[in-house]
Amino acid sequence: MNRYPLWKYAIMIVALAIGLLYTVPNFFPQVPAVQVSTNKAAVKLDNALLGRVEATLKGAGLPVGYSALDANGVHVRFQGGDTVTQLKAKDALLKDLNNGVADGTGNYIIALTNESTVPKWMQSMNALPMFLGLDLRGGVHFLMQVDMKGAVDRAAERNMADIRSLLREKKVSFGGASRSGETVVVRFTDAAEREKASAAISTNNADLVIREEGTAPELRLVVTLKEQAKLKLADSAIEQNQKVLNNRINALGLTEPIIQRQGADRIVIQVPGASDPARLKDVIGRTGTLEFRHVEAHSGKNASTLEAAKNGNVPFGMELLVDRQGEQIVVRKQPIITGERISSAEPAFDSQNNQPIVRVSTDSQGARVLREHTSQNIKERMAIVLIEKGKAEVITAPTTQSELGSQFQISGSMTTRETSDIALLIRSGSIAAPMEIIEERTVGPSLGAENIERGFKSVQWGFIALAAFIVVYYMLMGLISAIALSVNLLLLVAILSMLQATLTLPGIAAIALTLGMAIDANVLIMERIREELRAGVKPQEAISAGFDRAWATILDSNITTLIAGIALFAFGTGPIKGFAVVHCLGILTSMFSAVFFARGIVNLVYGARKKLEKISIGTIWRPDSVVTQPAISDAK
Amino acid sequence: MEFFRFKSDLPFMKYALIFNVISALTFLIAVGALAYKGLHFGIDFKGGTVAELHFAKTADVAQVRTSVEALNTGEAFVQNFGSPTEVLVRLPIVQNVSNAQMGENLFKAICGPTRTMNDAKTACGDGAEKIELKRVEFVGGQVGKELFESGALALLLVIAGIMAYLAIRFEWRFAVAAIIANLHDVVIILGLFAIFGWEFNLPVLAACLAILGYSVNESVVIADRVRENFRKMRKASVDEVIDNAITSTISRTIITHGSTQIMVLAMLFFGGETLHYFALALTIGICFGIYSSVLVMAPLIRWLGVSRENLVKPEGPPKDPLEAEKILA
Repeated sequence: MNRYPLWKYAIMIVALAIGLLYTVPNFFPQVPAVQVSTNKAAVKLDNALLGRVEATLKGAGLPVGYSALDANGVHVRFQGGDTVTQLKAKDALLKDLNNGVADGTGNYIIALTNESTVPKWMQSMNALPMFLGLDLRGGVHFLMQVDMKGAVDRAAERNMADIRSLLREKKVSFGGASRSGETVVVRFTDAAEREKASAAISTNNADLVIREEGTAPELRLVVTLKEQAKLKLADSAIEQNQKVLNNRINALGLTEPIIQRQGADRIVIQVPGASDPARLKDVIGRTGTLEFRHVEAHSGKNASTLEAAKNGNVPFGMELLVDRQGEQIVVRKQPIITGERISSAEPAFDSQNNQPIVRVSTDSQGARVLREHTSQNIKERMAIVLIEKGKAEVITAPTTQSELGSQFQISGSMTTRETSDIALLIRSGSIAAPMEIIEERTVGPSLGAENIERGFKSVQWGFIALAAFIVVYYMLMGLISAIALSVNLLLLVAILSMLQATLTLPGIAAIALTLGMAIDANVLIMERIREELRAGVKPQEAISAGFDRAWATILDSNITTLIAGIALFAFGTGPIKGFAVVHCLGILTSMFSAVFFARGIVNLVYGARKKLEKISIGTIWRPDSVVTQPAISDAK
Repeated sequence: MEFFRFKSDLPFMKYALIFNVISALTFLIAVGALAYKGLHFGIDFKGGTVAELHFAKTADVAQVRTSVEALNTGEAFVQNFGSPTEVLVRLPIVQNVSNAQMGENLFKAICGPTRTMNDAKTACGDGAEKIELKRVEFVGGQVGKELFESGALALLLVIAGIMAYLAIRFEWRFAVAAIIANLHDVVIILGLFAIFGWEFNLPVLAACLAILGYSVNESVVIADRVRENFRKMRKASVDEVIDNAITSTISRTIITHGSTQIMVLAMLFFGGETLHYFALALTIGICFGIYSSVLVMAPLIRWLGVSRENLVKPEGPPKDPLEAEKILA
């Protein structure tokens, strides 16, 4: 009765083999590597590039251990595999491939990565290590809230400008237009004029709702956006923001950044292993609008205005700001042009004196306005201002040296890092709606390594103590249970690796907890067998009855645990979701290992013996009075 | 080895009333603590900033506290954890301040003017003066509120799911008794967290839900036995049936919980700060899980009036001839 047919043993062996195959990749070390890729459609990733990369590194005297080309670009690993070589290689490649431009405007993106050393044949079977969560490898997690109201307000601002110019063009006489929030109010004195205006606006823009209000002579048109248009606007705003974030973060050459939309108005950013979270935050946190404004007074001009402003007497339409050198300047509030007119901005070097500069180009309308302004204001200063949450910050306030056109450059004593940051910030003018960081989790790499060790130690020592106890208590049958438990661990890790799940510290905790709970199934079976033996049932029958009767209970109890796991998965976020996934999978693998696998081993050990006298399952204690009675008997 | 040597069934039901009074009392104390002191929510639920710092030498907590208080953020917690070189700082959400910058400001304040910060703003000072910023987390008020709501929803869903399952699998009396018993565990976990002012964060919530699912196992195992006994012990009273069910499963109950506890202890000892409260919640849950499934759930099903007729459906003679024999005997 305790024999498995051959196919059941075959299943056991196959499960073990698959478990091993997919678990093993997690034990191959990760080595520092460099990845060369591109975000430009015109640049091809081909063998020529691979050759060039190899030649560059050879020229720099760096020992290339492995290099390959795939869909993502060229990957290079190094002999010895230390991070110093990795950094040197990045610098060498930057110099050769991108002329030293490190902000992503060059043709190639050169990123520091960690690559797994799993052999090719394993990789081809998708046997890859699990991803490590931010809490295990260090990194940054940001949740950005996109201010949809801000996007709608901005659209209203644009609409107001449109309406003004439209009405002037159509020669409709109106008494001015103003905006409050997302509503634009246009005032009229004459009903006929209002009629004309209403018709003109509605034919010009179908996305607007126009309402007539007031009585003569105070007539008004109240213009708002249609709900549908608002939704579309919000949708495209968040998409645009996501794109901008993507560009900026990729430009930093970081490892595997994740930038995803979450829900209606949020964006998640995760960058594992970011060594410089402050800079990353600086770059993504700058989400305001960019404006080029005229500087009205500084220490070398209109000193009296500046003094007055410093004493709190700022002239109307101006504001007092602090420039990059920490000097106070008075700046006009009305912008010359805004960031939307900028088509590109990149750091470069001046061809004459080799100083770091920022090269900026604008679109044709921007160029026209700039030319007009600068032709009258040569040797005046112009401030490039970033407005964030209502606060203006001067990125730089250079002196205009000549009439500017569609292409100009910003120079001054700047470092290359400053120029690349300024370029990045100028380019960021294209963000569609203001954003704000509403959740941030930064984990340093040292804590990540510590967390791995903590998680690993917890599982290790817990497992050893548990196995020791169960072996002492249930003897050989306990040993079989311990083996089944290790199979459970193996299968769980294998499935998680197959799913390419992200392992977090709560995930490791779930593995430990699941193992602790999974032993329940073995205990149920062992106790049932002991009970049967106590009742005087023959060993072979006791084994069979023990496994069979315990099954219903195991199923019941696991289903309730599974319900809790699923609820955690459905409502959990981030690491809690990871916990839930591991928990649920662990319950499933435990049923397989504790019932099917353990039974298989028991059958192998005991099944073939016809006259089995004794099972090694520890003490079978019988109360003296009851020897051959069934344990569960009718007492009366 | 055998820990459990019972010559006859333990008379749990005889003392059911006493146990019920004890349970009701502990329950009331826990609820009182929750109402009076309230839970000490971590930043996951109420928002705020938390930073973990590593000092090269023993940290001067008082000094750190002074620099943190200079930021004027309102109630700020500064404490050692794990070792004297590790310091944890918690700040509440501050109105009108960009909270995303809070972590940076905090670190700047702690470093003070004498230590120079590295470019990445993750460490400052050299040698014995070095301070490392190991972790910074900031959660906005809105996010905290959402996490809280989804947590509460998860709890409700688990309760509903388990009750539905037990009601289908057994009977509504078991469902009600089991869920009361297990909520009793969760309330006691929460109560102890309130009494000792331990931090209630997302992992602790996960632990509560895991415990809810786990403890129900016990109730299921006992309920299974009760049903089986009703079939087999035809002439026994309800109390005897329940006593026998508990006695024959108690060794399994204690060994299983002990095994799980071994794992949880490993987490408690080796898991570090992040897993500390998680493991603590599990420990309480496991210990009270044994108590509640045996001494809360069992008396409850009796009060609710479980009987042979409720469970043993008239379904003709059982198919298993062995079992049929026993019943007929």
